[in-house]
Amino acid sequence: MGRFWSILFLLVPILGVWVFVSAACNWWPFSGGSLSFPSEHWLPQDISVHGVIIDGLYDFILWLTGIIFIATGIALFWFLLRYDGEQNKDPVQYTHGSHVLEVVWTVLPAVTLLFIAIYQMNAWSDAKIRRPLQSVGPDGRQGTADDVFLPPLLEVTGRQFEWRLRYPGADQEFGTPDDIHLVNDLHVPVDEEIVIAIKSDDVLHSFFLPNVRLKQDVVPGMKQYVWFEATETGTFDIVCAELCGWGHYKMKGRLTVESRKDFERWLRQKYESQETNQLPLELVEK
Amino acid sequence: MSTTTAGAHAHAHGHAEAGVGDFISTYVFSRDHKIIGLQFLFSTLLWFLVGGLLALGIRWQLAWPWSGMPVIGSMLFSGEGGQISPEFYTTLFTMHATVMIFFVIIPILAGAFGNYLIPLMIGADDMAFPTLNMLSYWFMWPAFFLIGSSFFISPGNGAGGGWTSYPTLSAVPEAAPGSGSAQTLWLLGITFVGISSMMGSVNYMTTIIQMRAPGMTMFRLPMTIWSMFITALLQAFALPVLTAAGFMLLLDRIVGTGFFIPEGLVVNNSLPASGGGQPLLWQHLFWFYSHPAVYIMILPAMGMVSDIISCFARKPLYGYKPMVFSIAGIAGLGFIVWGHHMFLSGMNPYLGMTFMTATMLIALPSAVKVFNWLGTVWGGKIQFTTPMLFALSFVSMFIIGGLSGIFMAATPVDIFIHDTYFIVAHFHYVLFAGTAMAVFGAIYFWFPKMFGRMMNETLGKIHFFFTFIFLNGTFYPMHILGAVGFPRRLADPYHYETFRHLMPLNQFMTVCAIGMVSIQVVFAANFLFSIFSGRKVGRNPWGCNSLEWIAPSPPGHGNFDFQPVVYRGPYEYGSPEVDSDYYPQNQPPPEKQPLTQTT
Repeated sequence: MGRFWSILFLLVPILGVWVFVSAACNWWPFSGGSLSFPSEHWLPQDISVHGVIIDGLYDFILWLTGIIFIATGIALFWFLLRYDGEQNKDPVQYTHGSHVLEVVWTVLPAVTLLFIAIYQMNAWSDAKIRRPLQSVGPDGRQGTADDVFLPPLLEVTGRQFEWRLRYPGADQEFGTPDDIHLVNDLHVPVDEEIVIAIKSDDVLHSFFLPNVRLKQDVVPGMKQYVWFEATETGTFDIVCAELCGWGHYKMKGRLTVESRKDFERWLRQKYESQETNQLPLELVEK
Repeated sequence: MSTTTAGAHAHAHGHAEAGVGDFISTYVFSRDHKIIGLQFLFSTLLWFLVGGLLALGIRWQLAWPWSGMPVIGSMLFSGEGGQISPEFYTTLFTMHATVMIFFVIIPILAGAFGNYLIPLMIGADDMAFPTLNMLSYWFMWPAFFLIGSSFFISPGNGAGGGWTSYPTLSAVPEAAPGSGSAQTLWLLGITFVGISSMMGSVNYMTTIIQMRAPGMTMFRLPMTIWSMFITALLQAFALPVLTAAGFMLLLDRIVGTGFFIPEGLVVNNSLPASGGGQPLLWQHLFWFYSHPAVYIMILPAMGMVSDIISCFARKPLYGYKPMVFSIAGIAGLGFIVWGHHMFLSGMNPYLGMTFMTATMLIALPSAVKVFNWLGTVWGGKIQFTTPMLFALSFVSMFIIGGLSGIFMAATPVDIFIHDTYFIVAHFHYVLFAGTAMAVFGAIYFWFPKMFGRMMNETLGKIHFFFTFIFLNGTFYPMHILGAVGFPRRLADPYHYETFRHLMPLNQFMTVCAIGMVSIQVVFAANFLFSIFSGRKVGRNPWGCNSLEWIAPSPPGHGNFDFQPVVYRGPYEYGSPEVDSDYYPQNQPPPEKQPLTQTT
C-alpha cells in the first residue's frame, strides 16, 4: 500500500501544475471544447500600462513557487516510496537533524523572500504612492512639497448599491452647476493618465477594475485617489470587491475606454441631456 | 500527583449511592481535563457538521444561482420558492466562517486537544485550575446560543457583515435592513468565545510552566505541547484587543457612540446619529487579534502533525529545536503582519511596504518546518496508518497553502487578487486541507487513548482517500477562479460579464464539495461505532514515546497510576540504546546515568 499512497501524493504536484499550465495555455480541461470548461480561465485581458508589470510579478512568483512546489512534492513522494516500512530493509537513520542543513534552508529562503519583497516595492509605489503630477512645481524637483498633482478626471462615490459618478464639467471644478452626474457608466479617454477621486457615502466598497489591475477599498469619511492609463478601447466591468450589504453582488458598473474625441462628444451629450443644468454650455465654457 | 487507578467511570460508580448529582459533576460540570476535552470535541464536531452544511449552501448558490435547492430548499426558504435570497447568502458565508473559526477550529485545537493532551503529555494529573477549565467550556454555551439565535431572529436574514464585520456595515443598523439585532447578538457571542479562550489560555500557560513531571525540561516537551504553549501566549496577548474592539462596536450599535462611524454618512436614506470615528480603526484592532488567530488555528495542528509523523516514520523528529524556534518565530512575526489584510483598505500605502516585508519573512519559519518534516520522513520506516496519511496530507497541502500566501504578500500582485477566490483558496488550503486534515489525523491517533478502543483502519483510509480527492477538487480550482479575478462574497458573480464563463468550473467544485461533506458519514459512523465496539487496546497501541501513552487507556481521574519521571525527549525512535524501535520518555536508561538531555 505504501506505493499507492506515495503515488497519491505525487499526483498533487503533477495535477497541481497541470491545472495552472492548462489554464494559462487554454489546454484541456480549459480548452473550451466538449467535455471541458470554457477557455480563458486565466488573468483577464489587461488594458493598462501598469497591469503589465503586475502580471509580470504574478508570473515571476508563479514560476518561483511552482519550482518549490514541484521540488518539495517530488521529495515527499520519493521519501514515502523509498522509506516505506514494508519495503525498506535499511536501518532507520537515527539522526536529530543537521545544523548545516538548517542554516542552508533558513538563509536561502530568507534571501529569496527579502528579494521578492524589495523587488515588488517599485511597482507598489507606482500603483499607490506616486500620484501622477501635472508639474513638478517651481523648484523643478519631483517629490517635493510644491509638486502639482494631476487633477482628478472625475469623482466616484460608492453607495448601496451603485457607483455615482461626477465629472467636473467645463470649469474643471467639482461642486459647480455644470457638474455632470451619472450612475455606473464610467467613460475615460484612452492613452492618457487618469486620476479618479473615490469616496463612499455609507459603507465600505471596493473599486475594482479587473482589466486595469486596479483595486482600492472605498472608505466612508476618506477621499482617496486612484490612477491608471488605459491602452485599449472597449467596455469592461467595474466590480465592487468589498462586502457592502445584501445587494453587494449587483453593484456593477461599466468602464468604457474610448478615444479623446469620442469621450468629449459623449461627455457633452451627457451634459446636454442632464435636466438639472441651468446654464447653456456656451456660457459655462465662456 | 494522584495515584488513583480508578477511571472516570469507576470513580462515579464507586460511590454506593451514585445519583444524578454525581453524574452531573462527573460528566456535565466536570473539572477533569479529559472530560472537558471530550466535551469540546463533541461540541466542535457537531458544529463542524453545521459549518459544512452552511458551506454547501454557499456552493449551491455559486453553482446554480437562484435555482431552488432540491428537497431541503422548499423547507428552508418556503417564502422564496426554495431559492437562496441575497440576504440569506450573506448570512450563509458570515455564519460559515464564524462557526468554522470560532466554534470549530479554535476550540477543537485548544479546547479539545489542548485540554486532553497537555496534562497527559507533560505528566501532570490535571490542569492547574480545574474550575477555570470547566468554566472555559461552559462559557462557550452562551456563545452557541447567541450566535445560533442571531441566525434565527429574523428568518433568512441574520448577521451579514462577514466574519470580519467591518463597520460601517456592521456598525449602522440601517445598512443591513431587516436583520434586526442579529449583528448585536453575533458580537455578544464572539465576546463569550473570547472569554472562554482567555480562560483556557491562562490555564494552559500555567499548567505547562508549573506542572511538568520531574525531568520534563522545556526542551523535552513534545511539539504538540510547545505549539499549545505558544498558541496560549498568542491568545493571551492578542485577544483583549478583539474583546475591546467588540465592545466598542457594540457601543456604536446600541448606545450611539462613534468609534467607527465617520461624519456625514447617508446610509440607506437615513443619517446615523453619531460621527467622528474611523472605520479603519476596527480593521486594525480586528486584525491585530485575527491575524495571530490565524496562527492559533494552525500552530497546534503543526505540533500534532510533528508528533504523528515522527511516530509513524519510526525516526526522531528532524531538527527539534529549529522546529520550536520556527513556531516561536511564526508567533512573534504574527504580531507585526496584521496589515497585510489591509493593503488595499485605504491604510497609508507606505505601511504596505513594511507589512509586505514582515509577511514575506513569515514564510521563512513555515518553510523551515516543511523542510524538517521532509527530513523526518527521510530515512525512516514509514507506517502508512490513517493518522500518518492525514499528517502527510497536512504537509503536502500546507505547501500549497504556504506558497499561495506569497502571491498575496506581494502588494502589487495583491492589488489584483485581493478579495478574490485566490484568497479563499489560500486559507482553505491552510485551514481545511491543513488544520482540519491534521485534526482528523489527531482524532484517529489519540482515539485509542481517549476511549481505549481503536477506530477502524479500513474505514479510516476510505475516509482519508475520498476526503483528500474531494478537497482538492473543491479548493484547487479556486486558485484558477482567483486568477480571473472572481470576487468573494458575491451572491451572483455571473452578474458580471467577466466571470460569466466560470459557472461550469463552479459546478464541478460544488459537486466535489457535496462529495466531501457526504464522505464524512464514513468518519461519523466509524467514530461513533468505535467508541462502543472498536477493538480494545492497551496503553500504547502505536508504540509511541510521549507520556500520555504510559497512562491507562482511557486514563482515570488523575491520569497516571504511577509517578512518571522523564529521562529524554519524546522523539527517540530507532535509538541504538535499546532493542525496540521506540524508547519511552519515562524508561530509565540501561545503566544508571545522571539526568541529562539526550536530544
